[in-house]
Amino acid sequence: MKADVPKGTGSSLGEAAMAPVRLAMAAIDAPLRWVQRRLGIGGMATFFLLPNMLIFGVFVLLPFFINFAYSMTGGTALFLPDRSFVGGEQYARLFDCANYTDPNSCAEDTFWTAVGNTAWFVLLQVSLMILFSLITALILNRELMARSFWRAVFFFPVLLSPVVVGLIWKWILQRQGLLNFGLYGLGFDPYTWLNDRNWSFAATVGVSIWAHMGFYTLILLAGLQAIPKDLYEAAEMDGTRPARAFWRITLPLLMPNLLVVIVLVLIRAVQIFDEVYVLTGGGPGTSTLYITQYIYETGFATQLRNPGLAAAASILMGAVLVVLTLVQLGLGRKGEKKGARK
Amino acid sequence: MKKTKTMLAALAVGLLTSTAAMAGDVRIMWYSDGVEGEVLKDLLDRFMKENPGINVILDNVSYSVVKEQLPVQLEAGNGPDIARVTNLKAQSQHWLDLRPLVADAAYWDENFGGQADWMRPDGSNQISGFMTQITIAGGFANKTLFDQAGVAIPGKDATWDDWAKAAKQVAENQQVPFPMALDRSGHRLSGPNLAYGGNYISADGKPAPLDEGSKNFLKTFVGWVADGTMSKDVWVSAAGSTYRAAADDFINGQLVYYYSGSWQVPNFSTKIGTNFDWVATGSPCGPANCTGMTGGAGLVAVKYTKNPNEVAKVMDYLASEPIVKEFSERTLFLPAHKGVLAKALDFKTDDAQAKAALNAFVEASKTLSDEARKLPGWLWSDAVYGALVTRVSQAAAGEMTVDEAFARIDSDIATKVKDTGN
Amino acid sequence: MSRVAEFIFRRRGRSGWHWTDVFTWVWLIGGLFIMFGPAVWLVGSSFKSPAALAEFPPTIMPYVTQKATVEGYDKPLDLYEVTMPDGSKTVLAEVRRIGIVSQMVSPDKPTEIVKVKIAERTPVRTMSFATSNYSEPFTHFDFVRYLWNSVFVTVTATLITLIVNSMAAFALSKYEFRGRTFAMLLILATLMVPLSVIMVPLYSIVSALGLFNNLWGVILPTVATPTGVFILRQYMLTIPDELIDAARMDKASEWQIYWRIILPLTAPALAVLAIFSVVWRWNDFLWPLIVLSRKELYTLQVGLSIYSGELNVQWHFILAMTVVTMIPVVLVFIFLQRFITTGIAGTGLK
Repeated sequence: MKADVPKGTGSSLGEAAMAPVRLAMAAIDAPLRWVQRRLGIGGMATFFLLPNMLIFGVFVLLPFFINFAYSMTGGTALFLPDRSFVGGEQYARLFDCANYTDPNSCAEDTFWTAVGNTAWFVLLQVSLMILFSLITALILNRELMARSFWRAVFFFPVLLSPVVVGLIWKWILQRQGLLNFGLYGLGFDPYTWLNDRNWSFAATVGVSIWAHMGFYTLILLAGLQAIPKDLYEAAEMDGTRPARAFWRITLPLLMPNLLVVIVLVLIRAVQIFDEVYVLTGGGPGTSTLYITQYIYETGFATQLRNPGLAAAASILMGAVLVVLTLVQLGLGRKGEKKGARK
Repeated sequence: MKKTKTMLAALAVGLLTSTAAMAGDVRIMWYSDGVEGEVLKDLLDRFMKENPGINVILDNVSYSVVKEQLPVQLEAGNGPDIARVTNLKAQSQHWLDLRPLVADAAYWDENFGGQADWMRPDGSNQISGFMTQITIAGGFANKTLFDQAGVAIPGKDATWDDWAKAAKQVAENQQVPFPMALDRSGHRLSGPNLAYGGNYISADGKPAPLDEGSKNFLKTFVGWVADGTMSKDVWVSAAGSTYRAAADDFINGQLVYYYSGSWQVPNFSTKIGTNFDWVATGSPCGPANCTGMTGGAGLVAVKYTKNPNEVAKVMDYLASEPIVKEFSERTLFLPAHKGVLAKALDFKTDDAQAKAALNAFVEASKTLSDEARKLPGWLWSDAVYGALVTRVSQAAAGEMTVDEAFARIDSDIATKVKDTGN
Repeated sequence: MSRVAEFIFRRRGRSGWHWTDVFTWVWLIGGLFIMFGPAVWLVGSSFKSPAALAEFPPTIMPYVTQKATVEGYDKPLDLYEVTMPDGSKTVLAEVRRIGIVSQMVSPDKPTEIVKVKIAERTPVRTMSFATSNYSEPFTHFDFVRYLWNSVFVTVTATLITLIVNSMAAFALSKYEFRGRTFAMLLILATLMVPLSVIMVPLYSIVSALGLFNNLWGVILPTVATPTGVFILRQYMLTIPDELIDAARMDKASEWQIYWRIILPLTAPALAVLAIFSVVWRWNDFLWPLIVLSRKELYTLQVGLSIYSGELNVQWHFILAMTVVTMIPVVLVFIFLQRFITTGIAGTGLK
């Protein structure tokens, strides 16, 4: 196996982009050998983890815990020392419902509306996103004329900022937008797509897929291209049919990448915010109001803000996500191991 | 380890480069709806030539920074030295008292006294700053559409019902999709609410539950949205209290009557041009009176400044009569300055319609009711506006009945008051 | 290679088209329109005047009313195509409009005023690019400064991200140690909380560290991306452990293993992460907006947001500046995309 590895994969990014750093990397090898002698091989793991975890701890974990503390406080003051401890009051307020199946019976009716909307959005968006990016990746993995051009086409929207994505599609879908102009030319009456509950919901799903599909396609494509070709050749010689080869070879070997994609898509879907905020603003009514917008508006964007309530809602959202991810990782573990050891 | 060290070193370098305010530096946080940022820059350049010791730095920002980010900075004791702000009252504890610092406090009291209370803590006589412009809510009619339809534009004492009837007639005749539109804003909704006899402020200064006057207009309004008299688009175009304007529909000639305000004049002047004739018509009347709403943005000094004396000098300059006059004339803003208002303003535009509209708004400012003048300086205005917009738009979208909306508005406001701990 | 591709979606005979071939091209052509169409329209719109932007029905390219200089009038006059009472069409210039009647002259006979109802005239339009949307912001917009800040933030953050994330991913994928699962879960858990939710706590930390109004305050909170660690770790799991064992037998230090073996083999994933990091950091908006409130520190995204006011948004400037800010990202992508291709192809051969 070792002999097959090309030395440093000559032309790859590692060499080209990091060339200036290379010298430094070699120079610090000696002191690091000394560190390794002191810590042992296992201890080096800590060394490799440290920089990331340090930055992580200060800028991601710490705010996360402070956020938890926020959820136990009340008042409108923004900074923790100025806030009063209220215990579980904020959580109690979120769960204060006469009837849990009807958001309108809750004290925080908008929160539950947002939760319901988000659940539907996630269900639809995640399945469609994975379907579309898998199809696109399979197609881009074929022998195509100008393949890098086609890859760029599907990747292009990822380069745009979410705000720009929202704006572009708003201008296309609004009453005096490009879509109505096209339909008008075909003899249809202009329609305000974003004022229709169903179309508006469909638009948020569609636009978020449009904007992020390229990202996941690329990850899946990388996985597809890494599948050893001799496997297919062997299968071909055995007379295996293409569809069967897809299920028996492609899908299992794609599992590690597919798992990454599923987990990321799900997390991003639950957190959907910027492009929808610009596109529909949560409307019409509250039909595309998703959970992050609720949190953002409650805790930050209104003049009389309630950071405690927003923090409590975000902790609940985080908890749901952790459970979902653990379930997925548990389900995917088998496939991952299979893929990793091949 | 070395990498961490390099990073720490880099971090230290970064820290050094972000030095604290230099002596003599005055930072202004400013947002722009139009050309006012450039006009201000021009005026400040002149100021710096006259005062070489003071370096005024104009940080142009988006309005969302002023609305969402500035409060965070202020609570942390950071922030610019001077800021252009609309949420003046609720943040008044952060403003600097300029009374002992300005050259002539009497000048400020005399010319800006009318709005001084909007931006100072209740019960004080603080001078926090001045209004860069006064805004008056009011209506715009597409005169060309009225002419083409052969419908007379309702007169000065016309009621909301009169306007609705006339606008609907014009829209039907001219095949225009929207008879009327009103911005998605609690401030805009409050004008007609007050005209229908509404009052938000209870005897103890806290928000009162919605009264009959407000309910009557809101019911009418939701009814108009349902039957197509009032444009539904702008009201259902967002959730929560987000501001949305219907200006584009008016500019496109798709809208007969648009209830917005004086700030639209420069916008209309550039975008409508000669496409059609439009007129500003003041506020329609309700059963109680014919009031609109007032408001505006203020330029205030921030308490956490390191250079209060320089800040006061800049403020004195910007508030001086010739500068206020020039600023207003070039930006087409209505000034707050009494002395400037007393003389005729020569707005710098060759658009006769815009000039006429601005004068109509100056006129409309005289019919403001007492409640309308009080609301901008009332601590709870934003809580009421936010609840109104959120719930009325849900009713307009058909998610709840008007009565459910009323109940939610009252409970939303009550929760806000409770949250604040007052 | 081609044999394999043909095998996966084999054509039914050389001359005929299998349904997958049809599907492929329908998907690709459809994708081309849906993915690129909006962007083409964005670029076209960025050259429109404010009035043309608000117009219905919209046009793909920017148009304005054609003007003509007519003898006896100081300013150029708008040209209209007028339907005359006898049904013929002619081009006239508008002198002024009173109500619904327009007073017009023929450019050939400037003295003769014709009265026309406005419903009977349509403007003569010509394509015109409002380049002032681009040139004006450049004059009162410290573009070079903003560009430098954006480049500095993007490059620094991406380099730190690549190094720090790959080290962590190496530890998490190739070492057995106590707390490994815990560390991984911790990283995953923070994927769950988006920035818009922890803004206030993060702000207190950044401001306590003195990083407020400092470019490092934008860079540091973003570099330890959980997504990056996650992608790299999943990729490194596919690298055989035997390689590392062999290297250890050759007396390679752990650092050398990381630097000489793991990193080159992870190149495709690193390239992917590099592209994303560049795109993310370049487009970062919400957080820089909070940390940077001084104009000399603005990044491009923060800079272009100044055209959003309270009551009015100057879309024509925002559109133009959006197009300008898109150019560097697109260039970086075109440049790095070559490395991805070679990187992926390289590992594909293993």
